[in-house]
Amino acid sequence: MNAAAEPQRRVALTGNEAVSEAMRQINPDVVAAYPITPQTEIVQNFSNYVADGEVDTHFVRVESEHSAMSAVVGASAGGARSMTATSANGLALMWEILYIASSTRLPVVMPVVNRALSGPINIHCDHSDSMGARDAGWIQLYSENSQEAYDNVIQAIRIAEHSDVRLPVMVCLDGFIISHALENLQILSDDQVKQFIGELHTEHSLLDVDNPTTFGPLDLQNWYFEHKRQQVDGMEKALEVIPQVGEEYADLAGRKYGFFEEYATEDADAIVVVMGSTAGTAKDVVDAMREEGHKVGLLKPRVFRPLPVKQLIGAFSNCKALAIMDRSDTFSTAGGPIYHALRHILYDAENRPATGNYIYGLGGRDTKPEAIRSVFEDAIEAADKGYFARNISYLGVRE
Amino acid sequence: MTERKEADRCQSTVISPNATWRELPRGGLILHGGNAREYETGDWRSNRPIYDSEQCVQCRLCWVYCPDSAVEVNEDGEVVGFNYKHCKGCGICAAECPSDGAIEMVPEEE
Repeated sequence: MNAAAEPQRRVALTGNEAVSEAMRQINPDVVAAYPITPQTEIVQNFSNYVADGEVDTHFVRVESEHSAMSAVVGASAGGARSMTATSANGLALMWEILYIASSTRLPVVMPVVNRALSGPINIHCDHSDSMGARDAGWIQLYSENSQEAYDNVIQAIRIAEHSDVRLPVMVCLDGFIISHALENLQILSDDQVKQFIGELHTEHSLLDVDNPTTFGPLDLQNWYFEHKRQQVDGMEKALEVIPQVGEEYADLAGRKYGFFEEYATEDADAIVVVMGSTAGTAKDVVDAMREEGHKVGLLKPRVFRPLPVKQLIGAFSNCKALAIMDRSDTFSTAGGPIYHALRHILYDAENRPATGNYIYGLGGRDTKPEAIRSVFEDAIEAADKGYFARNISYLGVRE
Repeated sequence: MTERKEADRCQSTVISPNATWRELPRGGLILHGGNAREYETGDWRSNRPIYDSEQCVQCRLCWVYCPDSAVEVNEDGEVVGFNYKHCKGCGICAAECPSDGAIEMVPEEE
């Protein structure tokens, strides 16, 4: 494939429109979906493409997300390239089938438009929905904006379907902030996407009558553990495949994707880790503080499952303080999920920066530059003193 | 076209109980149909029926009542004994048998 040979179309799309556009170009064999705010537009737009004959997809209108994921599991086991999309309580309703998809090694790709998991009932952004599903055996990619959501959905097909991986992928994007905001982005041509993703080659299929195969049999004490170990192997392989696909995509689109994005981290004493749309705001704060002479940087995780342990340790090898922002809580009283993950991997690191956790933006609470600046200021202080004044802070909550 | 993984290239339809995670088909799939015949369900038995042809009156009630197909009958329709690969040891044959001593249930360990 030639490096960005064709000029890309520049279009103004919301995050949801960008994702449904990617799905139109992917032209999956089966989409089974149920509407839920703020994801609804994705499958609504896609159902228009189906109705207008712009795709060849068999669209299954199901009665719930439990059924949506079940239908997608069946279709995928039948060898069909299968997709769905959801948010928050919809994802929660899929819960038990998420595990069926990953343990049966089905390469399903699902955009998840991040929304607070009720209750109290709330439709706005936080990461409690997908973070709750972080141990379901799905690969998780997170997006900062519509462009990344679009690019991630296309790459997710290649990652999921890679013969060494064969695991489902969630492509997460922030509800409303990304999903409903109009943004300029570049999109590939239909042919470029078609060529990039290629055909789905299934090793075994429910519909292969010449080689009848049983999917989902009872798997007791003798075998279940081995099958779980295989899933870990798939995740280990994903750590090799994700950057390979990222490189190939960069050749095609000119936009490079790895495990995370580092912004002004090289000589930074204080690094803030923040995932999703808030990273965009935080980069402005980094720019402003760099101009003032502060040695601050930002690391934005893209891949949360699997966790790129070695690469993350490398990224933190020179900093003195790490402020880790979480848009969800674990209610363990020990901080949020990203904080847990990063503090955990730093235990084995030669350089162990001071760490502090900032829970922010729950239920769509706006996180403004001033609030992010206060996190950087805490981190600068921690870099100097060697510890954060507080281990866990609730950023912007009324005390 | 269909690319078979090393792990899936399993010649026997029965997977060894000692197979490692690298050797098992991924995702818990069973790649060969009809493998129930490889599974000797008679292993479940705790009591074994013992057949005595001297006492048998060839009424064939045991054959009728057997919930599996573990009573063996020859070409002439005569009961000749049990198929221990499939007999679960339920004892229905012995309970239904009208002739004393033609079928006796004996614990497996004896």
